[in-house]
Amino acid sequence: MSHARANQKGHIGHYVIMVVLAAFFLFPLAYMFASAFKADDAVLGGSDSLGAFLPSPWVGLDNFRDAVERASFPRVFLNSVIISGSIVALGLVVNSLFGYALSRMRFAGQRLLVIGVIALIIVPFEALAVPLLYLSASLGWLDTYHVQILPFVASPLFIYLFYSFFLNIPVSLEEAARVDGAGPVRIFVSVVAPLAKPAYATVAILGFLFSWGQLLWPVMVTRGVDVRPLPLGIGTFMTTPPVQWGDIMAYAAMMTVPLVIIFLIFQRYFVRGVAATGVKG
Amino acid sequence: MSRTRRKRPGQAATAWAFSAPGLLLLAAFMVLPFALALGFSFTNERLISPLPTRFVGLDNYVSVLTDATFWRALRNNAVFVLVVVPVQTTFALWLAVLVNRRLRGSIFFRSVFFLPVMTVMAAAAVVWTLLFHPRGLVNAVMELVTFGAFSPDWLNSTTWALPAIMIVSIWQGVGFQMIVLLAALQDVPDQLYEAAALDGATGWQQFTNVTLPGIRNGLIFVITVTTIMAFRLFDQVWIMPRTPGGPLNSTRTVMLEMVETGFGQQQIGRGSAIAVVFFLIVLLVTLVQRLFLRERREGS
Repeated sequence: MSHARANQKGHIGHYVIMVVLAAFFLFPLAYMFASAFKADDAVLGGSDSLGAFLPSPWVGLDNFRDAVERASFPRVFLNSVIISGSIVALGLVVNSLFGYALSRMRFAGQRLLVIGVIALIIVPFEALAVPLLYLSASLGWLDTYHVQILPFVASPLFIYLFYSFFLNIPVSLEEAARVDGAGPVRIFVSVVAPLAKPAYATVAILGFLFSWGQLLWPVMVTRGVDVRPLPLGIGTFMTTPPVQWGDIMAYAAMMTVPLVIIFLIFQRYFVRGVAATGVKG
Repeated sequence: MSRTRRKRPGQAATAWAFSAPGLLLLAAFMVLPFALALGFSFTNERLISPLPTRFVGLDNYVSVLTDATFWRALRNNAVFVLVVVPVQTTFALWLAVLVNRRLRGSIFFRSVFFLPVMTVMAAAAVVWTLLFHPRGLVNAVMELVTFGAFSPDWLNSTTWALPAIMIVSIWQGVGFQMIVLLAALQDVPDQLYEAAALDGATGWQQFTNVTLPGIRNGLIFVITVTTIMAFRLFDQVWIMPRTPGGPLNSTRTVMLEMVETGFGQQQIGRGSAIAVVFFLIVLLVTLVQRLFLRERREGS
């Protein structure tokens, strides 16, 4: 398929197809960004032509200003940063340590734990949401940060990704460090973890992606704006009339940009990480 | 691996220390709630209620399984899975093959195709709600292409609301599958293609005889994950249609049903029963898929 001898004519057709596809993937985003700079009534009014992609009539940052004020944006943004940041940071540590122990150390029950973790991958969070809500309510945890963080730190999928990745790291490197007198923590921190950068990057991107977009659980466990994350703000805009599309688009854009930046930062490792972890069975 | 590992004194203690945080969290937030869900599903537990909790046997299950709305939701889930999984997987494979060619710009296009994955579904759903507006961009294109013959009110139509949600879901999710399949494609050794070419295999024959078997595990991973995600459909159906469940429940899903019961009406017992039924369905589907799609392991 990929192969060197493809002819020039093939290339042109290939690029045409890719450009058309790129348009399909980009147009909703282009529309979102253009609309974020338009007057509210012009967003819908002008959406039946190419004008939909022009930020005109240009209202500058008005929509962004409105969105920031109406949705207490700084607050919910900070909440999202705290929640997603904690989930990712704690998760990287907890899941990689667990994955490492499962892949490299021998202890009673180890095989059983590996099977247990794999089995837990298919348990969808949604199937646990109702009893978790009950638990959280009886512990008095509603409307807190930790109720939105703790349930998502340990992830069977990420433990498994780390486990598979560590299996492929040559044991000899650790042996060498051990001969030099390094203890298990030292070996993990200075030998193993640096080798596992692609796995960490993959888990960081995916973890951030999952938690940044979360809707279901925050809807269930939060009431006020104090601890609510970003995606819930969209609901506020949609349900408080008049629906101001310009503001909504500005809000959506502000929600999307941080993820795109995170992706661009880690992108280098991402494909390699997925290759090395998810699919090699 | 295990052959090269030797037992060292104190290793078990270290292993448990490394595993403990993860184990405790999994026990507290997955195993315990699952056990609770099972327990609650046989009671009339409510979130806030003066009434004492009573054991009601299979009442919750009977009431869920005899509720036409639940079956409607399950049917919508099934239709969604049956359409989205094959369409999205095929599309993702095609994209992966396209960006796997060593041409200038491949990496750029790969990132573009992946970009929707990096959007928050709530934001994407709002944008697409506008695009699917009767006077929106999608219909402008539809009218142009069909000379005005086809421009439904997508999200208010019992026929077109679910397809609209399928389009959004595929747009957002296909890039992830593409990346996984791309990683699998890059693992297929070039020599296999060269050998096939020497034997006179056409491009299509190379694809079916070299590429597909070579990325088998990646494909299975993608199909399994997409199926599970498709059953979990919630965000789009919660945000996009104007009424909960969509026009005449045509976009109601099991997750929406569970949230409305367990959270909206605070019926923990009944909501738990829905959660257990949902888990059993996903488990069953996953097991059936495993039966048909066996992974191939190197050297076995």
